[in-house]
Amino acid sequence: MDDQDRFEIASSPHASSGRSNRAIMCFVILALMPNAIVSIYFFKWMALRLYAACCLGSVAAETIGCLIRRKKVTAGDGSAVVTGLLLAMVLPPSLPIWCALLGSIVAILLSKEIFGGLGQNIFNPALVGRAFLMASFPALLTSWTKPITLEAVTRATPLALSKFEAIRTPMADLFIGNISGSLGETSALAIIIGGLFLLIKRAADWRIPAGFIGVVILFGGLLNLANPSSFPGVDFQLFAGGLMLGAFFMATDPVTSPITKKGRWIFGLGCGTLVVIIRAWGGLPEGVMYSILLMNAITPLINRYTRPRRFGFKIG
Amino acid sequence: MTEKIPLYKDLLKGLWRENPVLFQVLGMCPTLAVTTKAVFGLSMGMATSFVLISSSIIVSIFRCLIPNQVRIATYTVIIATFVTIADLFLKASFPDISRSLGPYVPLIVVNCIILGRAEAFASKNNPARALFDAVGMGVGFTLSLILLGTIRELLGYGSIFGYEILKNGFEPWVIMILPPGAFITLGLMVGLFNMINKKSSKKKVC
Repeated sequence: MDDQDRFEIASSPHASSGRSNRAIMCFVILALMPNAIVSIYFFKWMALRLYAACCLGSVAAETIGCLIRRKKVTAGDGSAVVTGLLLAMVLPPSLPIWCALLGSIVAILLSKEIFGGLGQNIFNPALVGRAFLMASFPALLTSWTKPITLEAVTRATPLALSKFEAIRTPMADLFIGNISGSLGETSALAIIIGGLFLLIKRAADWRIPAGFIGVVILFGGLLNLANPSSFPGVDFQLFAGGLMLGAFFMATDPVTSPITKKGRWIFGLGCGTLVVIIRAWGGLPEGVMYSILLMNAITPLINRYTRPRRFGFKIG
Repeated sequence: MTEKIPLYKDLLKGLWRENPVLFQVLGMCPTLAVTTKAVFGLSMGMATSFVLISSSIIVSIFRCLIPNQVRIATYTVIIATFVTIADLFLKASFPDISRSLGPYVPLIVVNCIILGRAEAFASKNNPARALFDAVGMGVGFTLSLILLGTIRELLGYGSIFGYEILKNGFEPWVIMILPPGAFITLGLMVGLFNMINKKSSKKKVC
């Protein structure tokens, strides 16, 4: 070290991974690419324009937000692009452009910039954007498109079909993504490839997806064993809907998830349990968004109760 | 007594600097609950202003007679009298609005702004000052409610005071007429209020 003569006092964390925000965001964008390509293959121009609108809207909103707050413009670090991509992936392909733009503005300004920018937000911005649109325009957010042929279908996603009409979608279609649904909930395979890339590069903590998916397998499996006619099987629970996207990309957001290892387990387990409960007994077919938002809300509490013991102090 | 404060200052402070909604953040229950349309905000504001002005004057007139130990109970009786008048008046003259406002008209009895002004201002000042203070606070409250109601009605229904403004191709934002819309809009309004105040106070220093 060249500046050993300097005595520095700083608060934790003291160990740095040496990776910038930008590098991590680049990993996330790369990890989202397989799913982006698959969804563009299935939904053609509809997907493309949604990605473009959400990314542009997010970056523009971030720039405006930073200018209003008179802070350095952080739009270049890629976090806004990640938010935009993730938001596009939780929206139905046929959504009008203005709606996507509004969603990205809400996602960035209302859930991120207002709380103080990157690292200060309580809730996952992309999910806040979707929740806002869902509450504002329920009809637009639940009209789905058939992949490849792009014809509008009134009958919804595999989860809704299973829940309300007891129709099970073939597993191969679910896995590859040849189903109607949001851009990011169609292909489980592409999400898993990207998610594993994130975990290997250690841009996301493996404990959250492990807890999240593990509890869905356990809890969902138990329900299926108890009553196979009303609760779908574990494979269906895993690959239908936004579970994979939520577990790998939404719940692992380093800003809105706990910082302790034990806390991350609790966070993942809580998300998974809530998803199964909402899917089994809730009024909605899918619960990944609300489960993650709810767990986001109690993240500060988890952090507080899982604080590691200081050396020489008693537990509690 | 210290130097005399001009009456108009009592009036003006309620409009902006000590605005009951934006600065004191009082009376949140009616503010958030009834402002789905501008006209509801207006009628709620008028009803509250009527009660506020009348009870402030009465409290101020009898301020030397009200025993200190039972003052809150006395204020409540005075306020409740005027709330009943307002409630019955609305029911008789504007039954539709009265039905839409629901329990929030009788609930004016427990509105913090009214009790707050009675306790903090009317019981310590003469009726003239109490009147000006109450008018200022009442108008400030009404204006905030109308603003909140206008924003929510415009985005939630595409109209203002029932007149359609946004027509063709406008998709109403359902969230604005739901409780989250009230919280979001009010939060942004308070934020903007603080931003403007900060800016103007900085200018004075410079």
